Amino acid sequence: MDLFEYQARDLFAKHDVPVLPGKVIDTPEAAREVAAELGGRAVVKAQVKTGGRGKAGGVKLADNPEDAVVKAGQILGMDIKGHTVHKVMLAATADIAEEYYVSFLLDRANRTFLAMASVEGGVEIEVTAVEKPEALAKIPVDALEGLTDAKAREIVEAAKFPADLHDQIINVLKKLWDVFVKEDALLVEVNPLVKTTDGVVMALDGKVSLDANAEFRHPEHAELEDAAAANPLEAKAKEKNLNYVKLDGEVGIIGNGAGLVMSTLDVVAYAGEAHKGVKPANFLDIGGGASAEVMANGLEIILGDPAVKSVFVNVFGGITACDAVANGIVQALELLKSKGEDVSKPLVVRLDGNNAAEGRRILTEANHPLVEQVETMDGAAERAAELAAR
Amino acid sequence: MAIFLNKDSKVIVQGMTGSTGMKHTKLMLADGTNVVGGVNPRKAGTKVDFDGTEVPVFGSVQEAIEATGADVTVIFVPEKFTKSAVDEAIDAEIPLAVVITEGIAVHDSASFWAHAVAKGNKTRIIGPNCPGLITPGQSNVGIIPGDITKPGKIGLVSKSGTLTYQMMYELRDIGFSSAVGIGGDPVIGTTHIDALAAFEADPETELIVMIGEIGGDAEERAAAYIKENVTKPVVGYVAGFTAPEGKTMGHAGAIVSGSSGTAQAKKEALEAAGVKVGKTPSETARLARELING
Repeated sequence: MDLFEYQARDLFAKHDVPVLPGKVIDTPEAAREVAAELGGRAVVKAQVKTGGRGKAGGVKLADNPEDAVVKAGQILGMDIKGHTVHKVMLAATADIAEEYYVSFLLDRANRTFLAMASVEGGVEIEVTAVEKPEALAKIPVDALEGLTDAKAREIVEAAKFPADLHDQIINVLKKLWDVFVKEDALLVEVNPLVKTTDGVVMALDGKVSLDANAEFRHPEHAELEDAAAANPLEAKAKEKNLNYVKLDGEVGIIGNGAGLVMSTLDVVAYAGEAHKGVKPANFLDIGGGASAEVMANGLEIILGDPAVKSVFVNVFGGITACDAVANGIVQALELLKSKGEDVSKPLVVRLDGNNAAEGRRILTEANHPLVEQVETMDGAAERAAELAAR
Repeated sequence: MAIFLNKDSKVIVQGMTGSTGMKHTKLMLADGTNVVGGVNPRKAGTKVDFDGTEVPVFGSVQEAIEATGADVTVIFVPEKFTKSAVDEAIDAEIPLAVVITEGIAVHDSASFWAHAVAKGNKTRIIGPNCPGLITPGQSNVGIIPGDITKPGKIGLVSKSGTLTYQMMYELRDIGFSSAVGIGGDPVIGTTHIDALAAFEADPETELIVMIGEIGGDAEERAAAYIKENVTKPVVGYVAGFTAPEGKTMGHAGAIVSGSSGTAQAKKEALEAAGVKVGKTPSETARLARELING
């Protein structure tokens, strides 16, 4: 889960990373009081989970509390790369002498953590990494040893930070490492890390991404979720513990196993090329069990998506045999009908693997007017795309 | 031959007495796997009956190894306790630990991997969040259905469970030397490259099928490895061409971020290394069939 800047700033403050005072608001009027608290002058910053907001006009300097109301009004509601600005953060101003970059992240290839640091901050680090790789120090950090004093010193030396700032930056790195480990983060990035004109180092802007798999250790992280941005279908699916991602096509997809469902999306998109360009409407993995209840929950979400014109149920029977899956589909349709749901979109079902013959027989016998069986995955995708294009 | 697992493998189950562990221990035994024990400190000294086969429960991995000579452990414990279970297996220096549990925090998997490295990599880790591995007709460790294929000459390595099954089933007439599900998490133990190296060295494997998915650059690195080191034919498949940027597709590691991790980049890297890449799972199976039938 990627956090907003203000949420990252709050986590930094919680772990004693030096940050400027700041507060998030969602109406222009609220800016007056906050700017006054911050001493009158304030930076008004759009809170969006995308880069390049400065260039887009999403960061403005306000000279006084009235000006802050005006600037907040200009930024709230702005569209930045498809993200609507619902909140702005007002932060105290600082006189910046230098801008640096530091981050901790996972290095997947080497299965270890990585510290990155550069004296050239304030710009997109991806650009620095490509154009001036020598300006970006990359130092592996062992997950067991953690960030020792020696390791922190190695990082500041490798990045060639000014010697008189080493102790301050080492302190910042150690606090950021606390954020990284204690909050189960996948990324903690400060860009820019600044030196003010009076020589103080602080984190001016930050990016934090938290590990959803670590929620069992952090029940408080649930509050950081951006409920306003969640698609209503995704929110409903989450309530039912379904692994669902809304996409922008017309063919509803249900399958078992993340890889098979991803593959199903691809196969449907290929088939759609010949059928008015229809595309998959969603990702939905119902997992290995695929009980009637889970199938019903999944179908309910998908049939509730007005964009869906046809549904492709693609199941490979592994441990769970296809006869159980077929019974699940039949019961799910009955369950939805008895709940008064609108069950009127055609379903193309492909069952393969364990007990596929018996599963197909059950569906044939049930003879549901909306259910059509196709033996192969490619053929079923073709048929589902054709039905969606009608 | 086969890789990593054969008929002589002696398997213990960490988390055998839990519901998932019970279910899959029963299936593994039914598929001929030599399950010699379970581990649960609270039930040490007891025995569990699986359709007439009594499996003893030990207090620790170390005790189980000493009593049975086990050389493989399969881990079904819940995600909160998985790190300590894997650490215990590493400390006991068991040669192979297969971690089935899904939903493991990255800081936990990075930690047990660092622990394995610090201990000199005496334990091969497969997973986490994987279906395990099977050497058909000899041994089956994990949750791969045992009856969808037969022994043969294809080696399979895959990030995805169900795509593994799909491929094993489509090519069941030719059969498999071994099939290894390495999992789709950001941090995994055994990689595509490790499995490719093992299949290259295995005389019974004539062709390798490699299944990848979006996220990370493991497929690109595997492609570079294939170009330099693999002489056997390799057929590939990559899932996730239509996955949008920034959305996790089921597996924690399956996410496209910026220009990195796309299916297109992986496909191109594999093709540049001489790997035939199928557009769909069925086409991939057909390519493998054509190559093996010459």
